[in-house]
Order: sequence, then C-alpha cells, then structure tokens
Amino acid sequence: MDVICLGLSHATAHVELRERFAVPASELSRATLRLGSVRAIDEAVILSTCNRVEFYAAAERAEDGFDGILQFLGENFGLCGGDRSIFYRYDAPLSIRHLFRVVCGLESMVLGETEIFGQVKKAYGAASAGGMTARHLNKLFQRAFRVAKEVRSGTSITRGPVSVGSVAVDLAEKIFGELASRKVMILGAGEAGEQTARALFSRGAKSILVSNRSHDRAAGLAAELGGRAIHFDEWDREFHDLDIVISSTAAPHPILTREKLAPVMAGRKNRPLFAIDLAVPRDIDPAVNSLEGVFLYDIDSLQAIARNSIELRRQELSVCEKMIERHVADFSGWLAGAMAPMAAGS
Amino acid sequence: MDHPLLIASTFCFFLGLCHTLYTLRTGSRLAVSFHFYAIACGFLLQSAFLFSRGHALGRCPLTNLFEVLVFLSWSMVLLYLVIGPAYRLSLLGAFTSPLAFLLQLFALAMRLDSAPYKRPAPNPWIELHAAISVVACGAFALAGVAGVMYLAQERQLKTRRLRPMFFQLPPITALAVANSRLLWTGFGLLTAGLLAGFAVGRPLDWEKAAALCVWLLYGGMLLADTRHNVGPRKVALFSVLAFTLMMSMLWGINFLSEQRPL
Repeated sequence: MDVICLGLSHATAHVELRERFAVPASELSRATLRLGSVRAIDEAVILSTCNRVEFYAAAERAEDGFDGILQFLGENFGLCGGDRSIFYRYDAPLSIRHLFRVVCGLESMVLGETEIFGQVKKAYGAASAGGMTARHLNKLFQRAFRVAKEVRSGTSITRGPVSVGSVAVDLAEKIFGELASRKVMILGAGEAGEQTARALFSRGAKSILVSNRSHDRAAGLAAELGGRAIHFDEWDREFHDLDIVISSTAAPHPILTREKLAPVMAGRKNRPLFAIDLAVPRDIDPAVNSLEGVFLYDIDSLQAIARNSIELRRQELSVCEKMIERHVADFSGWLAGAMAPMAAGS
Repeated sequence: MDHPLLIASTFCFFLGLCHTLYTLRTGSRLAVSFHFYAIACGFLLQSAFLFSRGHALGRCPLTNLFEVLVFLSWSMVLLYLVIGPAYRLSLLGAFTSPLAFLLQLFALAMRLDSAPYKRPAPNPWIELHAAISVVACGAFALAGVAGVMYLAQERQLKTRRLRPMFFQLPPITALAVANSRLLWTGFGLLTAGLLAGFAVGRPLDWEKAAALCVWLLYGGMLLADTRHNVGPRKVALFSVLAFTLMMSMLWGINFLSEQRPL
C-alpha cells in the first residue's frame, strides 16, 4: 500500500486554475465519497482551500492511484488529457513530507499561518465521517496533526504578525491588553483604515467612531462596523477618551500635531494613545511619538515589523524541517513495515 | 548547617534565570509552568532555610546582612507568588527569579554570614519592625522588576524595534498598574514597619533613619504621582532607581552599624 498526493497550489497554479478544481465545503463529503469509490483507491481525503486543492489517497500501487484520481477529476471537473501535467504528484515518502509541511504552514502563502491546520482537520473529518479513511490515512493525518502541534510549540514559526492589520492588532494588545473596552477612531474611510479597524474589531474592539470628509461614506462604514459616524470637523473633540486612532485621509499636511495632542494627553491621566498613520503623505506629525503615552506607527514601520516577522519565521524553517524529517522517517518506516506483508502475499 | 537549603533554593532560581535568558535570546515561547515550579521550589527551600535559621537563633532571622538579603529575596518571591497569578503577570516570574538568584548568590559568595553576634534579648516590636520593613523592601524589589519590564516594553514600542522578547512581555498598561500597586503595598508595609519600630521607643539610629529616608523617598514619589500625575514611565524609572539606592543604603547601614544586629 502506498500513500499518494496529487494536487495544485498557489505556488504552482493561478487562481483561475485552482478555482476550477476547488471543492466547496458543502460538497466535500460527497466528492470524497466519489473519489473513494474509484477502483484503484482504498482511502481518500480531499483538501480544498483558497490556496490549494489536494487529493490524498491510499492505493495498492501509486501509479494506479494517480490514474484513479485523474479519472475522478475527468469525470467530475472536466479534466482533459492535456491538463494532467498541471498537477504535482507525490508518492511516499514525498507525499508524507508534503502533508506534514502543509499542516505546519510551511507550504502556505504566509509562512507559518495556522488556519491551514483547521482546514486539514475539516478535510480529514469529512473523509473520516464518510468512512473514506482507514488504517493508512488515519495514521498519516493523526501523525500530521501531532507534527504540527510539535512544530508550533517547539519553534517560533507562528510567531509575530505578518500583515499590517495583524501588526496593528498585536501592538494594540501589547499596549492595552484586552481590546474589548477600547475606543477606536477611523479618520478617513479608506480601504487600509477599514481593514485595520476590522482586524481590531475581530479581536474584540467594541466602540468604533468613523470620521470622513464625506459624512455619508463615514456613516456607511460606521453602520457596517456597528460604530458611530462623526463629522470631520468634530473628530478632535472625541480624543479625550479615545484609545486607538487609525488615520488614512488624503490631507496634504498633518492633521494631528504635537501641539494639538499635548494638552489632550495631559488630561487623559496616563491613558495611552495608539496612533496608526496609514496615509501618504502622513496625517500625524511624527513628533507626537515623543509625547509620553503616545505610540505612533506609520505604514512603513508597520510593514517593517511584518517583514521582520516573516524573516524570523524563515529563520525557523530549518528547525521545523528537521522536526518534520524525523517524523517522515518514522512514518515511512511504519508504512514500509505495513506494506511488507502485502508484498510478500502478492 | 542550613546553607545547603539556601544553595538548593539559589539553584532553583538559577534554573529560572537560565530559562529567562534562553527565552529572551531565542524568542521561543516561555514555559510559564516551568518558571512557576522553579520559583515555587526555590520559595519552599528559602522558607525551610529561614525557618531553620530562626529556630536556631530563637528569633526572626534578620541578624546580619546575609539573613536580610535572603529574607528580602523570600519576601519578593512571596509577593510574586501572591500577586503574579492574580494580575496575570506570570512573566513577572521570569524576571523575579534572576533577581532572587542574584541576591542569594551575592549573600552566599560574599561570605556575609558572619558569626553570631552577642545580641540583646529579642524584642517582638523590633523584630516586627525589621520583618515588615524587609517585606516592604521585597514589594519595592518587585516594583523595580515590573519597572524594568515596563521600560523595556515602552522603549521597544517607542523605537518600533521589536525584539523577540516583546511578544513575551505583558501589556504596558498592566505593568504600569502592577508597578503602582506594588509601590503602594511596599509603602503601606514600610509605614507599618516604621510604626512598630517607633513603638519600641529606642532612639533614632542609622537603621531607623535609613528606613525613614526610604519612607520619605517612596512617599514623596507616590504623593507627587497622586497630585501631579507623574506618568507611568517616570514611576517605572523611579522604581528601578529607588530600589538600587535602597540596596546601596542597606549595604551602607551594614557597614556603619558594624557588629550591631540589624
């Protein structure tokens, strides 16, 4: 028995191709059942995310297994002969190593991201619930989850924020702790500001104020985020009890200066202010960072932190790979042992 | 000999120190439970040492600088074990164990454990004064630890250069609150200790004068913060500097009081 993987991912195929073979979550169980019913395939799991579509199978012979998956793709997704080369194909031990790397987030677009762990669990859960997994794939996937947990806890591969939004959220939590009771203001209803606000919102920030030169746009975004719109000439009146300000207006000069903020900070009684300036040219005078309790980050500094986190994650890659290799060797040994009696019998 | 208990306790704190250094260097996740158990073991051994010493002396073991340093380390760890989990400042332990280690290593390495003095009969008020004052110093020591953490975190946030330790440290608002509460706790205890000291009616000596100076120093800072809102950064800086000054004074008092018990 061999364990095989056939698939395509963000690294090998454009989105147009990936979406052609994507399996919606609602169809996953049925699709797995259909794949498992192909003659050459004994066990099957389908992993379909926005970045990859992969078919894992246990088959007597790897080549028959690959043919079986391609036959399934032809019947269900209209795969023609010429398209066969777009898929990567792995048999053991490459397939084992590949799955372990995928679950650990080493094959993800954002190195070390953890969402993939849950997606693989769901894929395996759907196959397992439909009776499409048995001895080989059960053991393989359970080992993969174990490897991922080990890698996550033993290395810094998931450490540090890697996008502007997540950097902002992490910084906010390092300043305030819980964000649930924090008041956030968005100045300028641009996309960058909105995304950052949404990231804060997803971590519990409740009270959101939106101010924009066009009040209608501010009102629209405020309604979407469950916040309150305020007129653009009134935004500075709210500063006395504000915790986080995200600014991304199109103003040609700084709209928040040290002179304007200093008296406000004096009256806030040690309450810090986290100022996120996403605008170019900048909305907030860099000198405000020298005020006690004010922490100013512009777009460059947020991006630099994200890049630094990615670099730190890259440095952890070799440690992760060593951990994975140990498990690949161990699992390959088990698989070879499991295959030996079958080979002797055939 | 009770030193093996103290050496074992110091070793526990040394393990905590090694773990802190490793964590800060590599940026790997801090095993909070490891730290808690290292500190808890160190505390139990410290307690056993102090109990054994107190039993042998027939009084509170605060008769020389060696015992004062161990008692100070014990007070700091005790306060950490009480407030650390309550304020979710488990990482405070990562910085507490190095300070406890340094205090005890200094006490052991400098051979401060001099021969027993000829002391007057134990006076419960003096012992209470000394014990409460040293526990107050423990609170000030822990405030100093929180101050160092606050300053480290604040500096990284201001300069935007985030080191791996940044993600390990608690939020600065939590550190500022812990720092302030520890200062108030220490000040309250020191006030009680001074009252107990004055209740004896003994004339003002070097130790009482020094305790009074420390009381005025911390009291002045807390008053200034209450009235004029000094700001958490200056309070954190004060906590570190005042604790350093206090330790220097302790050394000075020991020198000045020569062979007299503390």
